[in-house]
Amino acid sequence: MEKFTLTLKSVPAESLRTALCGVVSSGNLEVLVEHHGVEDACEIEVSTSAHGFRDIWEAVLNDFAREHKAGGLRLSINDAGATPAVVSLRLSQAFEIAGAP
Amino acid sequence: MSSHDHLASSRAERLKRAAGISSNRLVATEHAVQLLEAVIEPGDRVCIEGNNQKQADFLARCIAQTDPSRVRGLHLVQSVLALPEHIDLIERGQVERIDFSFSGPQAGRLARLVENKKITIGAIHTYLELFARYFVDLTPRIALIAAQAADREGNLYTGPNTEDTPAIVEATAFKGGIVIAQVNEIVDRLPRVDIPADWVNFFIKAPTPHYIEPLFTRDPALISEIQVLMGMIAIKGLYAEYGIKRLNHGIGFDTAAIELLLPTYAAELGLRGKICTHWALNPHPTLIPAIESGFVKSVHCFGSEVGMERYTSARPDIFFVGADGSMRSNRAFSQAAGHYACDLFIGSTLQIDLDGNSSTATLDRIAGFGGAPNMGADARGRRHASPAWLRAGREAQHGAGMPRGKKLVVQIVETFREHMQPTFVERLDAWELSRTANMELPPVMIYGDDLTHVITEEGIANLLLCRSPDEREQAIRGVAGYTPVGMARDARMVENLRDRGIIRRAEDLGIRKRDATRDLLAARSIKDLVRISGGLYDPPAQFRNW
Repeated sequence: MEKFTLTLKSVPAESLRTALCGVVSSGNLEVLVEHHGVEDACEIEVSTSAHGFRDIWEAVLNDFAREHKAGGLRLSINDAGATPAVVSLRLSQAFEIAGAP
Repeated sequence: MSSHDHLASSRAERLKRAAGISSNRLVATEHAVQLLEAVIEPGDRVCIEGNNQKQADFLARCIAQTDPSRVRGLHLVQSVLALPEHIDLIERGQVERIDFSFSGPQAGRLARLVENKKITIGAIHTYLELFARYFVDLTPRIALIAAQAADREGNLYTGPNTEDTPAIVEATAFKGGIVIAQVNEIVDRLPRVDIPADWVNFFIKAPTPHYIEPLFTRDPALISEIQVLMGMIAIKGLYAEYGIKRLNHGIGFDTAAIELLLPTYAAELGLRGKICTHWALNPHPTLIPAIESGFVKSVHCFGSEVGMERYTSARPDIFFVGADGSMRSNRAFSQAAGHYACDLFIGSTLQIDLDGNSSTATLDRIAGFGGAPNMGADARGRRHASPAWLRAGREAQHGAGMPRGKKLVVQIVETFREHMQPTFVERLDAWELSRTANMELPPVMIYGDDLTHVITEEGIANLLLCRSPDEREQAIRGVAGYTPVGMARDARMVENLRDRGIIRRAEDLGIRKRDATRDLLAARSIKDLVRISGGLYDPPAQFRNW
């Protein structure tokens, strides 16, 4: 199990609803979206069963924070070996659900 | 004086030697090995029928039991080396040379035999290419084939799995060769005649029905949301854009997802009757919902698929069906149809390089090609126009020069495969394999200059619109995601390509990622497929989990 937390600059979010997306099963992950204090930063906590992919995680999460208005959100990710494709999809899905009108 | 009938007299000699084993064409099962020893001569070109579907497995077992001092120096010319007996025959020292198309399950054993110089590979062909050589310089002297049934005269019924049989038999029977058929049963009257008796020298009832691999059955339960997303991108960004009506699909889960999105997502987009009407395709169970919802008008098949026999019989408007009511497949014709008459091929691969060359070869396996390259290549001999073909041609030519169309050749892949293996690579493993296996060419499945689009979860790269090798490379990097190849992209150039519509992301196509769920699939299990077929689809046991 590898654990790390990133705090990334991001444009303040328009909606701050709580959302949960995905499941912790092989090749999949769950992500919990919650509100946190800092308006122009997104805090992302990753627990992953796969070792040695921190640089890819950082690339995926940096792109996410840059491309989405995720400031003021805390994302908690429980990963069971998802590919970057699945990570990006789950983050987008969670974000779309959290921001859905 | 020179003789002009060497082949005929050699055939007569061989038949004379076999006369003691069988007075008519019927040979007793227990005399099969003896028959082969009587008619095969050292150095013969031999075809043991089999492809990725049906196999002349009994005759393969028999030839692997022949006396190596009599049956030796053989040149195997056949679609696949898929059965253990094919490789056993090589290990027994009875084969000198092989020309083939595909080695699937035996790919590892074959690689070791080549490495140890136990065998020489002439070439690894595509199916259509090997059939073509049957009529030029690789005509079999002995063909060991598989049929469903024979009548008392030796007429053969191949049923829905006709596959390669007509091409093999025609080449062998008309060029002094000997055709031996294994059949599942001998009946008084055949439902229909697929191969006439006077092209068949001997027929034998096999102790067990010939093996057929259910290679084209994809369980919808295993289709991922990423595959749903890529399927949505393919339908909206490619099929709808070009108006693709005539096409061929590969056998992976990515294209199975597209098939299952036709009655739902594509129908919602108003595409019924506008895309995917005519196919060169095996009877994929995952096509059932699209057929039942009226999306599909015609399907010609390379072979059949286990469990689809009753369904294809009951849909004669869609499939090619004989007067007896059962489907007829023909691999050579369907390959030609896929090459010349389809506007699009889409399939998956294991590796794609920066020029867009793709390969399924890995270092310790010589797997070969099968049929994909015939479909996944521009048909340079094509002269008829269609809107999709013309548009691709215009995009490729930038509007200059003699007007000409182009086949759409698409690779649909996730950026990472299992175990985080990147699909996009700087250099294909095929190079290293060609060196270790002493091959004249790296085994490339689809050449980069034939490839027109790459689809990943990151979007579509339209290579036709690229104006320089540099742009092409960046277009590929631009959909390669977080692979090392993707991370090394020139971000500004990729943004420029996106502005010009050469790279299109899901959001550029108006696709919401949260819609990419399995709920969008027209069937989510094999059981759903059975239900949608009205109980006509009868899946093999390994796919029944209820």
